[in-house]
Amino acid sequence: MKRTSMSLRGRKLEAISCQRGDCFAGKITLLAMTFSILISCAPVDLNAPMPTFDTSIDPNAWAQIPAGEFYYGQHEDIESTNAYEIMVTDVTVGQYADFLNAAQADGSVKIEDGKIVGYYPGDVFRGVKHEEEIKAGDWLYIPLDDPSQRIQFDGSVSSVQSGYENHPMTMVSWFGARGYCQYYDWRLPTEMEWEKAARGPSTPIGGQAGSGPTRPFPWGDEIARENANFYASRDPFEDMRSFGSRTSPVGFYNGQKYGDYQTLDSASPYGLYDMAGNVWQWTGDVYEGMHYRFMRGGSKDTYDMDLRVWVRNNATPTYVSPGVGFRCVR
Amino acid sequence: MQAISQRLNYLFGSTKGLILVAIAMVALVTAIWGMLSGPMAEMGVREVVVKALDMDLVQAEREGRIVILYHSIAMAIVAIETYMITSLLKMKPFFKTAINAIITVGYIVTMVFGLGFAYFGHNWAFHGLYIFGLSLIFFAGVLMVIALWPWNPEYRFSLLHDGRGAGGEGDYAHTKKGVDIERTAFFATALTTVISALFGAVPGSFFGNGFEVFLAENIIRLPDKTTMEYSIIGHLHIMLALIAIMVTLIIGRWLNFRGILHKIAMPLMILGTIVLNLGVWGVATPLEPIAHMIIYVGATPSMLAALLLLIWSWGKLIREGTVHIPRPNFGQKLSALARDPLRFGPTWQMLFMNFTTSGIGIFMAVRLDEIFRVWPAREERIELTGHWHVLSAIIATIILLYYGDMLGLKGKIRQWYGWIIIVLSDIAFAAVTIFEMKRLFISEAEQQPLVNGLMYAIDFGLGMLLVLLAVVMVWRLTDLFKPKGRWTEEVDHELAQEVMK
Repeated sequence: MKRTSMSLRGRKLEAISCQRGDCFAGKITLLAMTFSILISCAPVDLNAPMPTFDTSIDPNAWAQIPAGEFYYGQHEDIESTNAYEIMVTDVTVGQYADFLNAAQADGSVKIEDGKIVGYYPGDVFRGVKHEEEIKAGDWLYIPLDDPSQRIQFDGSVSSVQSGYENHPMTMVSWFGARGYCQYYDWRLPTEMEWEKAARGPSTPIGGQAGSGPTRPFPWGDEIARENANFYASRDPFEDMRSFGSRTSPVGFYNGQKYGDYQTLDSASPYGLYDMAGNVWQWTGDVYEGMHYRFMRGGSKDTYDMDLRVWVRNNATPTYVSPGVGFRCVR
Repeated sequence: MQAISQRLNYLFGSTKGLILVAIAMVALVTAIWGMLSGPMAEMGVREVVVKALDMDLVQAEREGRIVILYHSIAMAIVAIETYMITSLLKMKPFFKTAINAIITVGYIVTMVFGLGFAYFGHNWAFHGLYIFGLSLIFFAGVLMVIALWPWNPEYRFSLLHDGRGAGGEGDYAHTKKGVDIERTAFFATALTTVISALFGAVPGSFFGNGFEVFLAENIIRLPDKTTMEYSIIGHLHIMLALIAIMVTLIIGRWLNFRGILHKIAMPLMILGTIVLNLGVWGVATPLEPIAHMIIYVGATPSMLAALLLLIWSWGKLIREGTVHIPRPNFGQKLSALARDPLRFGPTWQMLFMNFTTSGIGIFMAVRLDEIFRVWPAREERIELTGHWHVLSAIIATIILLYYGDMLGLKGKIRQWYGWIIIVLSDIAFAAVTIFEMKRLFISEAEQQPLVNGLMYAIDFGLGMLLVLLAVVMVWRLTDLFKPKGRWTEEVDHELAQEVMK
């Protein structure tokens, strides 16, 4: 240590400056910084082995949602919908691969520059501040060259990366989600339809106990790690030291035990799974004066607060992410 | 009994005691409530804290809780700034006593009953007291505006009446008629703060009455916002900006900012503050389409004034530190600049703020549609909340650096205290900034190791800062048990007497 004296406001002040690297605080800080940088630079294996589990939930199943009122939004406005059916689970990678093969065969989708694209008729453009024009034409469904893409395309056939067959389809744009639903004469749910399916009706369904119709989560008032796949929820698919959170098979949180991991039955009042966590779900509303499309449900990458049924997220319709999927209604 | 009364007199009757109590309150709230989110929640600490303190966290009320938490902490910071102003600037003793008393009761009532209401069940009497506390702080603000009235002949600039110590009349900004322009800057900031508080109180009552609370970052992309929603967004921006402007003025006063740069800076500060406020209030008027432009026009002179303070104070530190060297080289100048972290730190933090807050904000504004609005709204939310958390924390570190000087820290302790605050906070703020901007250079799928590294840096930086603060608080607490402790010396200290020569 080198000591120098100086005067400050008439008082003697001793200043200590670090020399020869013998400053303890400096060393600790340097060590912490080195540690942080080393951790930050660790490589990520996006294809690390994935545990496989059969959830016994059928991704081809549909749930009946009757017409009627429900509590909508955080502030519990009363809204109502007509009757509709909604998929019990998110669309899986396997289902999407089947769609791509069928759609490619009949020319509904095209391969362009490492992407699968499909036609969209465009939106009415009003030139509102920040609004981007969505013109009629071919738009991105899925990128094929992204390392997070679980659909593998060999030049003629789409297949699923092993282990991901029953995982939710991700890395799919709003156009790709809409294109899937429309191909089968279905559609994406509106935000209201999505929320009603997640939250249940304004009057409790017979036999369901524990939480009221204003429940913030599909299963009730509180959330535990075993209810859903969210950030740092310690499920069997995540490793926060390397690749972080990954998707879980659709319907995973059904009360079943997988090895040592016991899940809680987290179905919504209408029997839907994964309406909170795992992947954000595209909804179908196109709002006047903005090009953003809205997503619901939170994901494997968000904290529990974003899994509340009324929480909204949005992005441009071409946005793709390992944490965004969808399901359809009819 | 007399011993207790003496200590209470110090804690609630002296400037340094009041500041100590407010810092302790903020430290306590930050330490406890900091365990309810982020990595602490991931590690399961939140569950332990919630259970141990018997908190009642209803999911649907999260946004309301957070609004009350922000206000509780912010009011204590406003109180600290108020104590500094009443101790640094000349004002009638009645005003000083009344302002300090009212704002002390105000922020403590706001904090205790606000957090009590928000986190420990809904006792509506507590909510009423929370609002009452906020009202008291508003009233203290009104009194402050009156007390600071710069055209009062008593406060006309003259050597006889000026309590700033050395320096001729010409050293400070004033009008030909002797109106103190620095005092006018304090006045303008206090006045616009009071008006801007009202700008938030009206929509706050509107939404609170119907319990339709929301966080501004969650509605940022909706094209159709109501006037009340715009008011909320404007309020939160301007209040933080005004707290930052006020702390800049306070630091300038403490360092005894003067000379030609002072004469340029103070009018700029007044101009900037007024225009900035007009721009922000404009978001709730038909001026909304050009409000941002007005805000930029206002922010520029304010930031320029802060830059002039920085240039002046760094120049002074270098001159004083190299006075014994005939022709100092760059290294010697640098050494002189950094020799006293408590005097160097506040302006350095203001400069650092440009990398972590202002620069990021301008970059976001310029490339909003091309970059940031392509990302999902939740990513944009991270940037927005990170951005203002850093600004708030930088203000806190500036206050802590000044507080270190108030404590009379000397020698080794002064160096350690100052540099720990500067280095650790800047590591944390830099890490937060990289975290906010990570999507520019890394994909979601590959981000986890980077996120982990940044979180370690943030937690290390902020955690160690809190440890330092805890050490200081424990030291001050033990000091209170000593009959002839440091507190006995501080009881009559006024900050105006400790302004730099």
